[in-house]
Amino acid sequence: MADTIQFELVAPENLIFTGDVELVVVPGSEGDFGVLPGHANVISTVRPGVIEIHDNGELKDRYFVSGGYAEVTAKRCTILSIEALPISNVSEKVAKERFDNAETEVNNANTDIERERAENNLNVARAMMEIAKN
Amino acid sequence: MASLKSLRLRINSVKQTQKITSAMKLVAASKLRRAQEAAEAARPYAERMERMLGSLALAMAGREDAPRLLSGTGNDKSHLIVVCTADRGLCGGFNSSIVRGVRLKIQELQNSGKNVKIYTVGRKGREQLRREFGELIIEHKQGIGRRGPEYSEASEIGEQLTSMFENEQFDVCTIVYNRFHSVMSQVVTFQQLIPFTLEENRNQAEENVDQKELESAYDFEPDETVILEDILPRNLGVQVFRALLENAASEQGARMSAMDNATRNAGEMIEKVTLEYNRSRQAQITKELIEIVSGAEAL
Repeated sequence: MADTIQFELVAPENLIFTGDVELVVVPGSEGDFGVLPGHANVISTVRPGVIEIHDNGELKDRYFVSGGYAEVTAKRCTILSIEALPISNVSEKVAKERFDNAETEVNNANTDIERERAENNLNVARAMMEIAKN
Repeated sequence: MASLKSLRLRINSVKQTQKITSAMKLVAASKLRRAQEAAEAARPYAERMERMLGSLALAMAGREDAPRLLSGTGNDKSHLIVVCTADRGLCGGFNSSIVRGVRLKIQELQNSGKNVKIYTVGRKGREQLRREFGELIIEHKQGIGRRGPEYSEASEIGEQLTSMFENEQFDVCTIVYNRFHSVMSQVVTFQQLIPFTLEENRNQAEENVDQKELESAYDFEPDETVILEDILPRNLGVQVFRALLENAASEQGARMSAMDNATRNAGEMIEKVTLEYNRSRQAQITKELIEIVSGAEAL
């Protein structure tokens, strides 16, 4: 049995994934990085993208995250996402809808807060569309 | 002595009330379970967030370019109190105990010459504070958590707080809510949101573990300041979310025990009035019998 790390994917409302896995690929804001056991301690921001969980030498699960933070130590990897969905729930249709909604929101935003929020949404939706296409 | 008819009406009306209170109790009990589950499910996130912030704060300690959300404005002249209450009443002392705590806090702050502002979340808190501190209330939000508070609502409040802080509307921000302790007891809790402080009331064992972990340095990507600037406003939302969830659970707990009491009281009342009703009914029958008998004897 190969070495594993304790991986946790957490959303504000609940714990989405927890378990021991071999490798996690995280879409860091400075580029994707893979986390194996014994990784150096890192705290990084996460951009909207896909988290890949590998176990027993094969791809086990994929999750879409809308951004957040990753904390990595030698033994564990914790990702605080804002929103996370299993990749099977991401379809081009859903993404497109979201994109359109976000776009109207940006156009209708009155305050700075609203605009910032809407633009964020738009970025997330854009990333989602990219992923849904592949 | 009340007439038979009025007693009968009284019994019926108390029975109706009892039906309502016991139904409310059942509803509160099932809502409580859901609220508790939600609060528990949200706990890991807040804990991890705190751990991460702990290491970040440690890395930034003593540096001058720390974000102001962390280090504060260097001033504590003006305080913002975020008062979280329920939208609805009939939950015992739930709302009033928060308001009482807030009132004391405001007086204490004002006595030491601080400037106080209030942000109310929930209808009841505003209603109770408006008379006394109406001009201090600068913001109000209600209608949160019909079906349990949602993170998006909390993060909205968080963003609002951030932008108010950036516009220098206040120096220190404290959130007040009822921490869910058990169904019977909820604790009014003041938690400072800005500037950020790590929770102090942790137990020793946990602290030791944390200390050890914190010592091992982290690499930061992109770098500490950028992450902190991103994570601190987010943390506000998370803390508000936690407060709202605790509050929601507390509210249902308080309502449940209040309605349980009310149902019991109604039961007692029904027993008492029924006894009185039966007594006066019997007295009436006896009186009528005596009248008949003495009438017959007189013949």
